[in-house]
Amino acid sequence: MMPKSEEDLAQMIAGAEGPLRITGGGTRPIGHVEGTALSTAKISGITLFEPGALTVVAKAGTPVADIEKALAKENQRLAFEPMDHRALLGTTGKPTIGGVVAANVSGPRRISVGACRDFMLGVRFVDGAGTVIKNGGRVMKNVTGYDLVKLMTGAYGTLGVLTEVSMKVLPGVAAQATLTLDGLDDAQAVAAMSAALSSPYEVTGVAHDPQAGKTVLRLEGFANSVAYRAEALTKHLAKFGTVTVDDNAKSVQATWAAIRDVTAFADQDGDVWRLSVKPSDAPGLVAKMGAKAVQYDWGGGLVWALTDAGRDIRAALGDFDGHATLIRGRADVPTFQPEPAPLAAITAGLRAKFDPCGILNPGMMT
Amino acid sequence: MEMPAPDARVLSRKDYIVERLRAVLPKDAVMSDIAETRAYECDALTAYKCPPLCAVLPSSTQEVSAILKICHELDVPVVPRGSGTSLAGGALPTADCVILGVAKMNQVIETNYNDRYIKVQTGRTNLSVTGAVETNGFFYAPDPSSQLACAIAGNIAMNSGGAHCLKYGVTTNNLMGVTMVMMDGTVVEIGGAHLDAGGLDLLGLICGSEGQLGVVTEATLRILHKPEGARPVLMGYDSSEVAGQVVTDIIKAGVLPVAIEFMDRPCIEATEAFAKAGYPMCEALLIVEVEGSDDEIDYQLDLIMKIAASHNPVELRQAKDADEAGRIWLGRKSAFGAIGQINDYMCLDGTIPVSSLPFVLKRIGEMSKEFGLDVGNVFHAGDGNMHPLILFDANKPGDLELCEEFGAEILKLCVEVGGCLTGEHGVGIEKRDLMNVQFDPQDLEAQMAVKDVFDPKWLLNAAKVFPLANSEPRRAA
Repeated sequence: MMPKSEEDLAQMIAGAEGPLRITGGGTRPIGHVEGTALSTAKISGITLFEPGALTVVAKAGTPVADIEKALAKENQRLAFEPMDHRALLGTTGKPTIGGVVAANVSGPRRISVGACRDFMLGVRFVDGAGTVIKNGGRVMKNVTGYDLVKLMTGAYGTLGVLTEVSMKVLPGVAAQATLTLDGLDDAQAVAAMSAALSSPYEVTGVAHDPQAGKTVLRLEGFANSVAYRAEALTKHLAKFGTVTVDDNAKSVQATWAAIRDVTAFADQDGDVWRLSVKPSDAPGLVAKMGAKAVQYDWGGGLVWALTDAGRDIRAALGDFDGHATLIRGRADVPTFQPEPAPLAAITAGLRAKFDPCGILNPGMMT
Repeated sequence: MEMPAPDARVLSRKDYIVERLRAVLPKDAVMSDIAETRAYECDALTAYKCPPLCAVLPSSTQEVSAILKICHELDVPVVPRGSGTSLAGGALPTADCVILGVAKMNQVIETNYNDRYIKVQTGRTNLSVTGAVETNGFFYAPDPSSQLACAIAGNIAMNSGGAHCLKYGVTTNNLMGVTMVMMDGTVVEIGGAHLDAGGLDLLGLICGSEGQLGVVTEATLRILHKPEGARPVLMGYDSSEVAGQVVTDIIKAGVLPVAIEFMDRPCIEATEAFAKAGYPMCEALLIVEVEGSDDEIDYQLDLIMKIAASHNPVELRQAKDADEAGRIWLGRKSAFGAIGQINDYMCLDGTIPVSSLPFVLKRIGEMSKEFGLDVGNVFHAGDGNMHPLILFDANKPGDLELCEEFGAEILKLCVEVGGCLTGEHGVGIEKRDLMNVQFDPQDLEAQMAVKDVFDPKWLLNAAKVFPLANSEPRRAA
């Protein structure tokens, strides 16, 4: 099913006779859902872009690339730099903004500016009964009623199908640099990344690749500010080793796009896990999980792990502060971290209210 | 402002309810005498008062759980309370309710500088969260004007903002985890020391739910290292249109100040008389602050000053040192107090798209004449969060009602231009009956369905947020 408008979509959902598998551009097949495919790709187009108010409103099926292009013309950007999953998941097609929001997709800059959900200002969606609902709006500060905008962000279409999203955008950056430390072990790397994040120098990316033995930090801003902070951080991190600075815009962008998209695991066999953890716990958890390879982002708070296929690594991890999601893997391993009983009850209660017949992405997020 | 009639069954069982609560709490933690409960009869929306059935001041999550279990069993309404600084009536009691105050729960549970968070009990005040980490160079970013007094519990309930949220976001962007007690006494843990809690974004849902979904007793908050320095620049203009254009041009130029504050002539006059900050007498004054090292600040301010100068300012003044910076902020920070010296006032906080600023200010000026009530405007211009202060005389019969009517018209105007009723104060009782202006019935129904899940009996702060007519079937059930 390919509805062309919100009204179309509402009618299709109201008339649905069985489960629906909700997709945008189909580039992020996370989880395993049986049902009739329903894509929002044709509900597309930028509705409003106000550079002076740092606001963009777009229909759910709008390609992310279209939005980024329109923003770039005014020197603005989606600051949470959503990951492009195509290389990692071997998919083709166009990632849509609705898909980004439904999966709360953020990149390395999440550590400094926030996640996709932190940039969300408003949503329109159709619930499981076919009712059109709006929440939030297009202004940056809004506490009018409950924040269903955040609830819908990262709900993977289980509470409703997004038709329009409004977002805060940020000015583009004039200059950028990557600072690299070589040869640190995981614990030293997390300590170095914490030291960088606990400085006043506003790093906007903090990642570590144990295979390459490289710990990288990103600085962005006006050229002289980047140069000043690169020097200050080099001194600040002296005890961790010699820092090399790359300030070539093209190569800085390439470095961080690769980290964002986890391209290191793209052509390698095995399952891919994504863990959100307390940064200082990360090296210990990595030691326990028995991965073939890992990548650290968010100063250690985000761990990407490549593992043998079909293994649920949660068994090896035990209780930990955080959660693990299987981004690429088999249907017999739960995609999402099982919730403690009281939270699972709330989740089930919310789904029963927003999707009384259980037709929206059943099996997702459970 | 209409409130539901108290439940006679609850009122008649007061002694029994108090006895049950005393059985699970220390003696001094339950207050049922009118001499004691009067202290809880209102919050900072002082026009409305009602002493509660009783007030309880628990010291732990376990005690909160025990209290809610009893109230749930006996069908007693509960109104949670932080420090009682709500301007929207968020903590206003009903005669049949138990006020659950978290003021005694003010301890720091854990600070972790490597992982950059602090875990506190939610009765702790906003400023004392920063107080606990500032010797290590850190701070907690959300800074509501009431930060000296307001509690983290209330900040979470209302998703409080502040002057610096253009850069650092509001409470919801800085909240990593909570311990929350549900109305039936169940204790839930959501999120923690990691980013982006798993599952549905329940943290985002709870933040700003005005104490209607649960009582948050502990919170894990993100802390940041302080910037090397900060410096403001002050600019004055002959018209609010021009000032609005300056704001837009600064944002479009790619500079992201930490704060852009706006004051109009009535506000400037009042604060000058009160604080003598040396502000120019003009139609619109902007304070723009940037952060960084000295050189970085110089560079950004240079860009900002060039934009400001190109719009013909009547005054353009850069702070050269901490003393001058303090003087620039002095008037803005004392604005509410200054207005309070000359009059009773009502402070609204509707938010509008920045582009509508000149139009909305013009309309407010016209409406001020129609209603015969003066208005001063002081607000966070970078994010369109207005704070019109309507002046009235509380001793003059009918003036409060006239003021409320005027306020409602301003908020309707905010919604008309694409904005919202409240940017940071919350709905409470104050804007409750205007919710139908911003939302269609199915939008409100979806929000109320959320409360059904967390609080099926509708006992928690139930007379707030939703128009009484909309919530009536649920409250009466």
